[in-house]
Amino acid sequence: MPPEAVTGHWGSEDARKQAAYLGMWVFIATEVLLFAGLFTAYGVYRSVYPEAFRAAQLTMEVGLGTLNTFLLVSSSILVALAVHAVRGARPGLGGALLLAAALLGVVFLAVKGVEYAHHVKEGGLPGDAYRFTEVPRVGASLFFTLYYLLTGFHALHVTVGVSVLTVLGVRSAAGAFGPEYATPVELGGMYWHLVDVIWLFVYPILYLS
Amino acid sequence: MSPPAAESYLSDGRTLWSWLTTHDHKRIGVMFLGLTLFFFLVGGLFALALRIELLTPGRTIMGHLAYNRMFTLHGVTMVWLFMIPAIPSAFGNFLVPLMIGARDVAFPRLNLASVYLYVLGASVTLWGMFEGGADTGWTFYTPYSTTTGTAVLPVLVGVFIIGFSTILTGLNFIATVHTLRAPGLTWMKVPLFVWAIYGTAIIQVLATPVLGMVLLLVALERVVGAGIFDPARGGDPILFQHLFWFYSHPAVYIMVLPSMGVISEAVSAFSRKNAFSYRMIVYSTLGIAFVGFFTWGHHMFASGQSTFGSGAFGAMSMLVAIFTAIKIFSWLGTLYRGSIAIESPLIYTLGFMFFLFFGGMIGVAYATTSLNLHWHDTYSVVAHFHFIMVGATVMAFLAALHYWFPKMFGRCFPAKLANGAAVLIIFGFIATFVPQFLLGNLGMPRRYADYPPHFQSLHVASTAGASLLAFGFVAIAFYLAWSLRHGAVAGDNPWGSEGFEWRSASPPPTHNFHVTPEYPTGPHEYAREEVPHAA
Repeated sequence: MPPEAVTGHWGSEDARKQAAYLGMWVFIATEVLLFAGLFTAYGVYRSVYPEAFRAAQLTMEVGLGTLNTFLLVSSSILVALAVHAVRGARPGLGGALLLAAALLGVVFLAVKGVEYAHHVKEGGLPGDAYRFTEVPRVGASLFFTLYYLLTGFHALHVTVGVSVLTVLGVRSAAGAFGPEYATPVELGGMYWHLVDVIWLFVYPILYLS
Repeated sequence: MSPPAAESYLSDGRTLWSWLTTHDHKRIGVMFLGLTLFFFLVGGLFALALRIELLTPGRTIMGHLAYNRMFTLHGVTMVWLFMIPAIPSAFGNFLVPLMIGARDVAFPRLNLASVYLYVLGASVTLWGMFEGGADTGWTFYTPYSTTTGTAVLPVLVGVFIIGFSTILTGLNFIATVHTLRAPGLTWMKVPLFVWAIYGTAIIQVLATPVLGMVLLLVALERVVGAGIFDPARGGDPILFQHLFWFYSHPAVYIMVLPSMGVISEAVSAFSRKNAFSYRMIVYSTLGIAFVGFFTWGHHMFASGQSTFGSGAFGAMSMLVAIFTAIKIFSWLGTLYRGSIAIESPLIYTLGFMFFLFFGGMIGVAYATTSLNLHWHDTYSVVAHFHFIMVGATVMAFLAALHYWFPKMFGRCFPAKLANGAAVLIIFGFIATFVPQFLLGNLGMPRRYADYPPHFQSLHVASTAGASLLAFGFVAIAFYLAWSLRHGAVAGDNPWGSEGFEWRSASPPPTHNFHVTPEYPTGPHEYAREEVPHAA
């Protein structure tokens, strides 16, 4: 059961849960709009420099991007299973699944790091630092700027998500959640699905032509 | 009966620590009130300095760079540190739970976090001011803002952080209104102020993230040369304007919608009448919140956008006037044959209606491309948005401050002094900003520290008006501060208002209600006119 201090002005856990869900959905909407600015910039510059964007896109490492997509989608499935396990009174299993999902998130970040290292070696850097000889600068440097902004901002969200999942996993394994009180796990799961969904938009526009 | 003094939220813990760690929405509202008033003072001092500089052509008290920094910080302070948080964060926090019969907001800890984010953002911005200050104007237009050598970065980061405070406050209100209304309080019984805050919260939540991203992009542009808005690197400064105004035009409604909520409450309370066409006020609130997102392009008539684009944005902007007119007619309908009590909140309300009507009608003229091109970037634009944002918003802020002062602190203020100050302030506004309309129409550009001598008489008139305003504000600060300790004890409902917030004690106890009130009738329900008079 949740501590009394938390339910304080609510009266019932149901009312509290409803508010928590609504708050999370609104927060998710703001996150989507935060990325919307970057997606808009991408759309505008892709229409201004179509050739440069296509050429720059062809130099992306599709294999690593696809691997990352696979990792994130898998971790999302693990989180969904974890929520199911906690609701089904198996918080130990739920905790293990959450920690496994967090681990996949860490692997995702590592793969992203490998990609970044390649780009840095080749000179595919944002703005002024651009010295990638394979694609001419005009337009392509903007592609790389947006690439770093989109993936970097997403990676920041992955990092936050990994910490959230780790804390939830440890607490769940310790038996803090159960069928009557699963809200934190459910909300953490929603956040992780958001991170996943944003990647499902970032991946095709950056990696697939 | 237990002693009321020990039960008020003000006496529940008197240490500084008990305030800094409070989860009580009322204390958080009072903290926001203090903070926003402080920044209103800071922004107002900047404004006075600007007006003094413009008293004579050529240099009066400061150089051109100092002038540019000063009007930038005047704008930044007033927009982000005062007008956007003032009514929602201060009065919204205090009143929304009281009005809907809740014991607190949905997420009290998040609410406290939004205070700290505001303080952090404000500190970063202030630090930027001391580091030299930005000279871009509060709009941070690129490419100038990415190339100027002044301290733009801390101001950008500060505003970014304040944006998070705004988002958290809005998120909290949405969840509160949805989930914490007392049993029996249906949507169509929710007081109009709560509706206004709800509409505002939607705009805050949807628009602010885009502002956050665009400020971050400008910051990155300065730090690593990202190139997004820099034509020299293939980027486009117009994209900045699109993204910036996508937030900043709706932000005008973040400032005006809560004001309209205050006015709806005050009109009803001081004419002792049911709000006329309650439903239309509600729908027009939501209408403004919606249409506000399709008007940003009217800031860009002179940017070379297509004629079709200008026409479409012009037409969408004019729609706002229709929703606003619905509200103004509703207020007039409420006043009509009401039993009107001339108290200071009502005087500010009448001022608000005048400024909103006058400034709003001129807004319709600005939404017309041909007229806009004549007035573009002149003082007349300055006068227009000051009429709406300062005239209307500050009027409503002062109306709220006077109307709910007894609720918040349990004390009354000297009524005659307050009425006098209200009249002084209304005339001060008119004297300050009407000359600026004339200046703009004659061609005086905005943001200039210098001007040819034939503009001087109008500038002197404007500065004279600004000093009247300053006197008015000093008077208000003086008598309200005095009343905090020495004012007459107000009692629970000194105005005799039927607003739901007056159903708890004034000042309210920590959890607002000992027994959750019941809501058999709608909001603002006063005795029917048909009831015969006692005389």
